[in-house]
Amino acid sequence: MSDIQPHQQHHIKLAEESLQKQSTTLNLGPTHPATHGVFQNIMEIDGEIVLETVPTIGYIHRAFEKIAERRPYYQITTLTDRLNYCSSPINNMGWHMTVEKLLGIKTPKRVDYLRIIVMELARIADHLVCNSVIAVDTGALTGFTYVFQWRELIYEIYEEICGSRLTTNMGRVGGFERNFTETAFAKIHKFLDTFPKVMKEFQALLDRNRIFMERCIGAGPISAERALNYSFTGPNLRAAGVDYDVRVATPYSSYEDFDFKIPVGSTGDVYDRYLVRNGEIWESYSIVKQALEKVEKMDKEFPEQKDVFYAQEADHFHLPPKEDVYTKMEALIYHFKIIMGEIDAPPGEVYHSVEGGNGELGYYLISDGGRTPYRLHFRRPCFIYYQAYPEMVKNGLLSDAVIALSSINVIAGELDA
Amino acid sequence: MALTKEIVKERLLSQFAEQLTEWEEPFGMLTFRVPAELNLKVMQFLYDDDGLAFRFLTDLTAVHYPDRKEEELCVVYHLHSLGNNIRIRLKVYVPSEKPDVFTATQLFSGANWMERETYDFYGVNFIGHPNLTRILNVDEMDYFPMRKEYELEDPTRIDKDDEMFGR
Repeated sequence: MSDIQPHQQHHIKLAEESLQKQSTTLNLGPTHPATHGVFQNIMEIDGEIVLETVPTIGYIHRAFEKIAERRPYYQITTLTDRLNYCSSPINNMGWHMTVEKLLGIKTPKRVDYLRIIVMELARIADHLVCNSVIAVDTGALTGFTYVFQWRELIYEIYEEICGSRLTTNMGRVGGFERNFTETAFAKIHKFLDTFPKVMKEFQALLDRNRIFMERCIGAGPISAERALNYSFTGPNLRAAGVDYDVRVATPYSSYEDFDFKIPVGSTGDVYDRYLVRNGEIWESYSIVKQALEKVEKMDKEFPEQKDVFYAQEADHFHLPPKEDVYTKMEALIYHFKIIMGEIDAPPGEVYHSVEGGNGELGYYLISDGGRTPYRLHFRRPCFIYYQAYPEMVKNGLLSDAVIALSSINVIAGELDA
Repeated sequence: MALTKEIVKERLLSQFAEQLTEWEEPFGMLTFRVPAELNLKVMQFLYDDDGLAFRFLTDLTAVHYPDRKEEELCVVYHLHSLGNNIRIRLKVYVPSEKPDVFTATQLFSGANWMERETYDFYGVNFIGHPNLTRILNVDEMDYFPMRKEYELEDPTRIDKDDEMFGR
């Protein structure tokens, strides 16, 4: 038995060059506990050093752009939910704003602020997942299970606003489907009151933790120059030291009324990305607080506007209240037309982008005047920056490649569309 | 002096003159058409010029217009000059029979996958691309699914035909 060479054993046929070469081919994924999603990376490793990586993507491609060409505008919101499903409300609002831009609808300030509350809560939830998962991949499960209780509070707020939690389908073209309830405001207050203490504890657990720092500093780095050349956006670009943020560069939804900072890093490694996201959580927290104050002040000063939760001009896209549908002719007609998707949009070509959880989430919409888009393209930040992954992990340790993957926060839904 | 869309247009016209056509500004974004053989030269000019500095490729995709004869496919580039905060849109029209466009990967590393995606769905042939293979669809696929001739639903189905709404 012992004199049989490995390549002569039974049915195992290995290519001659695989016996000669000094490195190992490792197939990481597509479903591996360390990858948090459907990602496959075929790695060439020398011991623990990654020599080369070839990512394969598209495992959950669902042809959203093609499907969108047959769907009326209001039905496309559900497709955007399933892009970055860690912060669906941002995708929803971004889509509504794109259509509003095409239709020329100006939303009331109250709607803008309510949207900002939801979008910034979504950003907090998104960053909480990402940062706590970096900790999980470095061996600390505690932070993850702890902060998830507060992510749960955010999901309860979603539930109160729109009825669902993960794929929210929140809001409509022109505003929200219904007004925020008293309970919703109470839940937002509850979150704002309890969250800072938890976030501080989370940071105390990791920020200056020797083991965590040793694992993260210098892992998966990218320079500002390379990041820009790779069209990075969002926290990953800012961790490399570029202060580009869509909320500031091209403000939408009245972000110009708010006072917030853009945290930036310097080295673009895992640790900087972690710190930038933590900084952004605090800024988002402050934005939610400011927005809530503005809304409450407005409701007190102009009580007659308390019921404003969508733009009046968006009537053609906003379902009338159910009791009106049963009692009024016009409401019934609108209801029917909207549900059947018989509302034509004017022809036009729009690019609108919002600052998603992962960066610039863009919608390139071409309408030929029909009931559906002629062409809709999603600029998905994940898809664009994930191609830099082989360059980021090259010549690093395999374990660094794992945390680099979780720290750039690649979401399979957004990657594959 | 702050860079404005007018200056960008002026600079481009002084460099390329009549070759750039179909100037538009839909929703405030400067849009123009570039001949297919010039796409890289225009982008290189926009990239190299320190005053313009369009060094960020925001998006790259294609649109299919089956009714436009000899120029069915339109490749759309969204460029961003981050320092000046100006976005522009370049359009390159190519026939679907011979959809050849020069690759932008030498200029922008990020164009690599965006071009692969565009190839995957529209079949645009990016000349000089280091690895122009399918990216989201399976390798065995032998057509380009986002082209308009591929309907989302089987058009021969009669059970869903609705005379009232014509679909």
